[in-house]
Amino acid sequence: MTDVVPTSEPESRPDFIKVDNFSFYYGRKQALFDIDMDIPEHEVTALIGPSGCGKSTLLRNMNRMNDLIDGVRHEGDIRLNGTSLYDPDVEVISLRKRVGMVFQKYNPFAKSIYENVVFSLRVAGRSNKAELDETVERSLTAAALWDEVKDRLHDSAFGLSGGQQQRLCIARAIANQPEILLMDEPCAALDPLATLKIEELILTLAKSFTIVIVTHNMEQATRCSHRTAFLYMGKLVEFDETRKLFDAPEKPETEAYISGRFS
Amino acid sequence: MKPVVSDSANPFSTTGRSRAGEPWVWLAAAGLALGVVMAVGLFLLILVKGSASFWPGRIELLEIRNGESVEKVAGFITRESERKDQDGKLHEEIQVFQGNKDLIGEAFRYVDRALIVKSSRPESLVRVERMEHGPAILKLVAVETPEGRVDAGEAGFDAALEAMEQQSAAMRARVMRIERKQIGAVSRKMQVLEGGGRSGSIGEAERDERRAELQQEFEALKSEAQKIDAELAKSRLTGTTVDGREMVISGDKLVGVFESNKAGFGRRLGEMFHRMWCFLKDDPREANTEGGVFPAIFGTVVMTLVMSLFVTPLGVIAAIYLREYARQGMLVRIVRICVNNLAGVPSIVFGVFGLAFFVYYVGGNIDRWFFADKLPTPTYGTPGILWASLTLAILTLPVVIVATEEALSAVPRGVREAALACGASKWQAIQRVVLPASLPGILTGVILAMARGAGEVAPLMLVGVVKLAPSLPIDDIAPFIHPERKFMHLGFHIYDLGFQSPDAEAAIPMVYATALLLILVVVTLNLAAILIRNRLKKRFAVSSF
Repeated sequence: MTDVVPTSEPESRPDFIKVDNFSFYYGRKQALFDIDMDIPEHEVTALIGPSGCGKSTLLRNMNRMNDLIDGVRHEGDIRLNGTSLYDPDVEVISLRKRVGMVFQKYNPFAKSIYENVVFSLRVAGRSNKAELDETVERSLTAAALWDEVKDRLHDSAFGLSGGQQQRLCIARAIANQPEILLMDEPCAALDPLATLKIEELILTLAKSFTIVIVTHNMEQATRCSHRTAFLYMGKLVEFDETRKLFDAPEKPETEAYISGRFS
Repeated sequence: MKPVVSDSANPFSTTGRSRAGEPWVWLAAAGLALGVVMAVGLFLLILVKGSASFWPGRIELLEIRNGESVEKVAGFITRESERKDQDGKLHEEIQVFQGNKDLIGEAFRYVDRALIVKSSRPESLVRVERMEHGPAILKLVAVETPEGRVDAGEAGFDAALEAMEQQSAAMRARVMRIERKQIGAVSRKMQVLEGGGRSGSIGEAERDERRAELQQEFEALKSEAQKIDAELAKSRLTGTTVDGREMVISGDKLVGVFESNKAGFGRRLGEMFHRMWCFLKDDPREANTEGGVFPAIFGTVVMTLVMSLFVTPLGVIAAIYLREYARQGMLVRIVRICVNNLAGVPSIVFGVFGLAFFVYYVGGNIDRWFFADKLPTPTYGTPGILWASLTLAILTLPVVIVATEEALSAVPRGVREAALACGASKWQAIQRVVLPASLPGILTGVILAMARGAGEVAPLMLVGVVKLAPSLPIDDIAPFIHPERKFMHLGFHIYDLGFQSPDAEAAIPMVYATALLLILVVVTLNLAAILIRNRLKKRFAVSSF
């Protein structure tokens, strides 16, 4: 379990998130072309690719965050544990409760550390003090932040350092115990030390959550993901176990990209 | 040989040094400097003139050649000027405030400096503040009280005078209380009784009986007030004017005596603060040219606060819908343009609208439904502080809407998305995250709206401001809040003093003082709002991104 080189858990479902022939359009511009991938449970799946390749678009479709943009349209389907995201019976709000998200730039709310963490419980209408307290401790501990902030839970979240704020955002995302955690370049705005901490955290969190992470940093993908998908120009080029993809890529584009010979 | 001309010789050329835009920087700096000088100059002028009007001056005794005889004039020199007569000769002229309006008729007198034989400042002359006819300038002769007469110069004169002043002040306060509160309460009961009688809830006989009771109560109070006045009138202050006429000031008319020429710097300073305090706390007298402006301060503050109470929720809700919910299309663009243009509509137009809609339509209907028994006397169907506040709320609505929209759109997208990603509905995201983050910006809008609303006068003249309204819109008589009452406003007070008063010359210092006060009230209201905003900013500061 604590192997540095990750292996799949035996009981995990291999197609926990099933992206099925998925295409996505911003107005007339097509951003994703017929993506097919099965993301297994309790693993870290990294999405890599050059800027504009559609990896963030794909990620943001997994909790329907792209619904906020006017004039978008999709074809195909994404299923979480068998249920379609686009099923008319699925409420976006309840869907997002199952899928936590961490953004590129840490974005805590203008509230206390405590209130940041319990935000998802508050909006779900839960206000039992004991439950909230327990959630705060559990989430902050899981985000490796508890020891640093336990004495100032009611201070403003903006008093924290950048890395701490990002870990607070992770704690916030996992507070309501989602099944999936989406991370959109979570270390892009952080220094190397903070990055290292978050990467360690990602591997630990994978025991409890299914994690999909978008990253520009290929070392990061090798360090903390079980599987890696390489996207290029809106198409899924290659999707395999991380080690295999980086050691022996099948497609020439993949090799060109990971060896830096890519324009 | 061609002379070499540097590119930068022309300060506005687009090459060389001036390409850096230096001339424009200077121009911008000059513009700012001009603005600052004008604003500071205006404020200083009002500050100096306003404060100076409280400073007790010295009384000059002038002896003026008038043909063969010599005439004596005493008073405060208020202005010095030059005048050219028909022959083109220059005359130095001074304006003297000589008081004693009831004896002389004209409070001011213009004197040619060349005609002055002698001028002095005798210590015996004093300024007497009275309830009627403005101040008097006298040489005191005696105080007569029921206990006896004390002549000036005798031992105990000062004490007797002071006792008389204090007694007058205390008694006047009592009379005021009786008139305002008790008689007011009785007459309100009477009104209720008449109303109840018309609607038939009590019998004719019982009503007559109660009416008689109230009438009796009313008479009793009235006679009590009159008794106090009569009591006061028994003590009298006598003095002589410089031209030898005698003046008697009875106790019910006396406000205070100040020995302008005897007093040293300390006492004059004390007198100045005393006058400022009276200006703040007293009701106006003598067609507003004397006394204080308390009702106007109170009216201004209450009206502004009530206006903010209306405009803030309305503007914020409208802005939230416009920015967050409405489909951003042609229609919303048109609405936005309309809102912005609303800010440019002359305020008197809002006044006319307020009069037609709030006063006549809404107020008229309220009267018809709830106060039918008082008609044709209107209750709400007449200008009042509620309608004035609502009219100004509409006037300042665009300011709040625009500021709120700006503040909402300045909230980073990441924060919104984070809230949604946590499973918040759109409304929850707005209410719990977006609104708190934009609160400082919204408050900036409210501050601007308050500043604009507090200084507005034109629309108020149509919807509720009056020259004199001693009964305040909030007081200690049930039901405590009287939104239908007319009120006084500092802005209108300035206009009234300066242009509508029977003695505009005497009112000039009051105009400055009131203007200063209006500025101070607006600044105070704004400072309070800014302090609140800064506290919120600290709590809700948003990260840079």
